Amino acid sequence: MIEYRSIGKTFADGTEAVGDFSLVLPSRTTTVFVGSSGCGKTTLLRMVNRMVDPSRGQVLIDDVDIATRNRVELRRSIGYVMQNAGLLPHRKVIDNVATVLRLNGVGKKEARDRSYAVLETVGLDTSLATKYPSQLSGGQQQRVGVARGLVSDPNILLMDEPFGAVDPIVREELQTELLRLQRDLDKTIVFVTHDIDEAFLLGDQVVILKKGGEVAQVGSPADILAAPADDFVRSFVGIDKGSRTLHVEERDGVRVVVDGTGKATGVLESS
Amino acid sequence: MSVVNDTVDWFADSSHWSGDDGVPHRLVQHLGYTSLTVLIAAAIAIPIGLWIGHTGRLRGLAVVSSGALRALPTLGVLTYASLFTGIGIKAAIFTLVLLAIPPLLAGAYAGLESVDRQTIDAARAVGMTEWQILTKVEVPLALPLIIGGVRSATLQVVATATVAAYVPGPGGLGRYLIDGLALSDYPRVVAGSVVVIVLALALDGMFVLLQRLALRNRPAAVRTTA
Repeated sequence: MIEYRSIGKTFADGTEAVGDFSLVLPSRTTTVFVGSSGCGKTTLLRMVNRMVDPSRGQVLIDDVDIATRNRVELRRSIGYVMQNAGLLPHRKVIDNVATVLRLNGVGKKEARDRSYAVLETVGLDTSLATKYPSQLSGGQQQRVGVARGLVSDPNILLMDEPFGAVDPIVREELQTELLRLQRDLDKTIVFVTHDIDEAFLLGDQVVILKKGGEVAQVGSPADILAAPADDFVRSFVGIDKGSRTLHVEERDGVRVVVDGTGKATGVLESS
Repeated sequence: MSVVNDTVDWFADSSHWSGDDGVPHRLVQHLGYTSLTVLIAAAIAIPIGLWIGHTGRLRGLAVVSSGALRALPTLGVLTYASLFTGIGIKAAIFTLVLLAIPPLLAGAYAGLESVDRQTIDAARAVGMTEWQILTKVEVPLALPLIIGGVRSATLQVVATATVAAYVPGPGGLGRYLIDGLALSDYPRVVAGSVVVIVLALALDGMFVLLQRLALRNRPAAVRTTA
C-alpha cells in the first residue's frame, strides 16, 4: 500500500507543482494519475521512489515513511518504466534488463537467465536480446523498458507515460499486454498518463488532477462516469462532447449503440 | 630551393640519426615531455571536468577560466614561471600543462553534457548510485569526446613542446629549431619542424583510431535497419 499524506512540492525556482495532496493506493491494484501537463502527476509518481522528495508531508509504503529509507536501495526495490524507455544506448537489450538485477547483487548467470525469461514474458523475441536499443522499434524498446521494470519482481511498478511516444496501434497492443501481465503478476502499479481513455482502460482507481496536484475526482472509471464531480471532470472525461453518452437505436431487430454525436459504436447483446 | 635540398641532405646525413643529438633520441625526449605534460594535465583537468559535467556546477567558471588559459602566451608564461621555479625543465612542463588543461577540461565536461538527460534519469531511477551513473553510463557514453580532448591537448603540447629547448635541459626536438636559428643553420631548423609535424600527424592518426575504438558497439555506428 502506498499512502500520500498531505504532500506538497515547491521546486527550487518557486513553482508549486503540488499543493496539498493525500491519497491511499491499495496494494495489487492499478492507480492512474491523469491530467494535463503541469498537473503534477509525474512529480507525484516520482515521489514514490524518491526521484523527487516532497517539500511537505510524507509518502509511506506499507506504513513506512520512505524518507527514512536509503534512496538508492528504495529505487532498486521498485520497478520504473518511463516514456521513450530510457534504455542505456551503449548496452545490449539483455544487459539493459539485467542491469537492475546486477545492481541488486544477483550473479551474472542468474541475471541473464532471468532477463531472458522476462523478455519472453513481455512478448519480445529473444533474438532481439543481443541487439542495441537503437536497433529496435519504439514499441520494442518500450517492451524492453517494461521488462526492465519487472525483472527484479518488485511489488511496486511505476509507469510514467510509458506508452505516450508510440503509435496508436502499438499503444493498444502494449496496453492489452499490460492488462494481461497485471492479471498474472498482481503488482501495485502507479501509472501516469494524459490520456483519459488509457486511464479508464488500465486503472482500478483513477485520479483526475487539476493544476497543482489538486484532485478533481478519485474513483473507479464507472464511478467517475456515473457521477462526475464537477464540470471540469465532465469536460475532461468527454461527457459534454457526447462521446460518453450512449443510447440504443433499433435496426432490423438489432440494437445498435450510438453515442451522443450520432456515431455508431457497437451492438448491444442481451446478456 | 637550396634550403629544401640542404634539408634533404640533412636528413640523409647518418650522423643526424644517432647519438645524443640524433633524431631518434630527440624524438624520445620530445615524446617524454609531451606524455608527462598530458598525464599531469589530465590528472588535474579530467576529474574536475567530470565533476563539473556530472553535477552541472561551476560550469561558467570552467568556461571562463579555460578561455583565459587558452589566451596565455606560452613564451610569456615560460619566462614568468622561470622566475619561480628557476630556469629549467620544471618551468617548461608547468607552462605546457597550463596549455593542455583547457582542451582536456572542455572534453570532459562537454562529453558528459552530451549524454542524454533521460538516459541518466533512467539510470538513477533504476537504482544506480551517483558513482555508478558516472562510471557506467556517463563516462562510457562521453568517451569519444573525452578522448577528443586528450587528442587536441596532445597535439597542442607536441607542437609547443619545442619551447622546452629555450631552457637548459635535454631539450627535445626544439633543440634543432633553437640551435639552428642561433647558428643560422636553416636546414636544421626546417628538418626539426618537419620531424615535429610528422610526429604530430602520427599522434593524430593514433587518436583517430582510439576514438573509433571507443565508438565501436555504439548504436549510431552500427545502426542497421534489420
